[in-house]
Amino acid sequence: MLQPFQLYEPTTVTEASSILGDLGDQACAYAGGTELLLAMKHGLLRYAHLVNVKRVGLGGISFDEEADCLRIGATATHREVERSALVAARLPLLSSMERHLANVRVRAVGTAGGNLCFAEPHSDLATVLLLHNATVKIGSVSGTRAVGIADFLVDAYTTCLRPGELLLEIAVPRLSGDMGAAYRKFAFFERPTVGVGTALVATADRTTVAEARIAVGCVGPMPFRAAKAEAILAGVPLAGHAFDTALREAADEVARGCHPVDDLYGSGDYKRHLAMVLTKRAIAAARDRLHGETTDDAE
Amino acid sequence: MTRNEAARSRQAVTVECRVNGRRVRAQVPTHRVLLDFLRDDLGLTAAKRACDVQVCGACTVLVDGLPVSACTYLAVEIDGRSVESCEGLLQDGRLHPIQQAFVDAGALQCGFCTPGMIMITKALLEDYPQPSAKEITAYLHGNLCRCTGYKKIIEAIQTAAKSQAPVGNQR
Repeated sequence: MLQPFQLYEPTTVTEASSILGDLGDQACAYAGGTELLLAMKHGLLRYAHLVNVKRVGLGGISFDEEADCLRIGATATHREVERSALVAARLPLLSSMERHLANVRVRAVGTAGGNLCFAEPHSDLATVLLLHNATVKIGSVSGTRAVGIADFLVDAYTTCLRPGELLLEIAVPRLSGDMGAAYRKFAFFERPTVGVGTALVATADRTTVAEARIAVGCVGPMPFRAAKAEAILAGVPLAGHAFDTALREAADEVARGCHPVDDLYGSGDYKRHLAMVLTKRAIAAARDRLHGETTDDAE
Repeated sequence: MTRNEAARSRQAVTVECRVNGRRVRAQVPTHRVLLDFLRDDLGLTAAKRACDVQVCGACTVLVDGLPVSACTYLAVEIDGRSVESCEGLLQDGRLHPIQQAFVDAGALQCGFCTPGMIMITKALLEDYPQPSAKEITAYLHGNLCRCTGYKKIIEAIQTAAKSQAPVGNQR
């Protein structure tokens, strides 16, 4: 059962910021509520005040041609991202990840910004945004600032937001046209157990990996970029024995670098194994996409 | 910084909405979830409480046509909106084509998940008027039937899709 709380419905960022700033730890920004209300129902979080940020005007999805990046308003729902023709055309990986996020009801109500601010370690969105080198815009009565996604998430369920600050927008740079990207996850029901996103850039002659990105989620307090594994793949030919060897080594490196907890969804060892397998599959899928093959980012 | 009227805090809100086409005006505590509002305040018991954590779909209702888990959705959110629950599908005592398809296919055993299954089907057919089997299973990913009667449910949905297809598309 939810405990009673005071609900505020500000209509400007300044107003929302001032209320959140005044009330400090007693208050929380509320958007879709798909995670917040669950945690409050189960007594895991208690807030005397909720500040509805859905009337502040932070919705909408647009593409900034000049910066070549997608701008997702903090209160845009997962459904809006999933069904946006703009996202499907410009950031297809984000689109296909959203299509498999949680379930259709959660997607209709839950927001992209809420997902990030809740900072649940098992977030498909955070992992895929990290792969894209996304940044977020934060606002308060005293102005705005931009922060990279890796700095925004500071620990499990913890962001760098200070009292009185709210998330305004997520900026997602488009992956360049010569980049193949994929996301693979393993999940029971709505929550991913392990999720791995990969992206490969080919050299101009399309024979060699120029750049590799690997983002790993759910196996630590927040998603991380597997820098050592990325380095193993850089400069490797895109086919043949050398690629297969590098693929295996990178996947093993990812497994070594993650620190999953034992829980009802599996032991730490099991999840480490999953991270290795999913990394291999995601890298192989990213390479196939470089070669023009299309596959669905299903579980 | 002064706060204007809109930002004033409230512990209860007067909502004006439509529930199954009927105009409803009620004073709702801010912490009341939609499922309790429907079941306890309005006596509409089709939507069921089961998992209570948005994964089973037994409480599925539509808000402005979109499916939501009424168990984890604040009732104050329906102000100015339209809510549909399974009760609202009955027209002049006649079953809705989706309900009829479920009856004809025998797509219910204990029946507990059925109102949620029927409402998610209504949403599905809005998004995908002629869904493939794959689209059906993906959309129903968050609706569980513990009698595990999924095959009949999928058959019923396919029948319902055919029954609402334009005449030219019918066999």
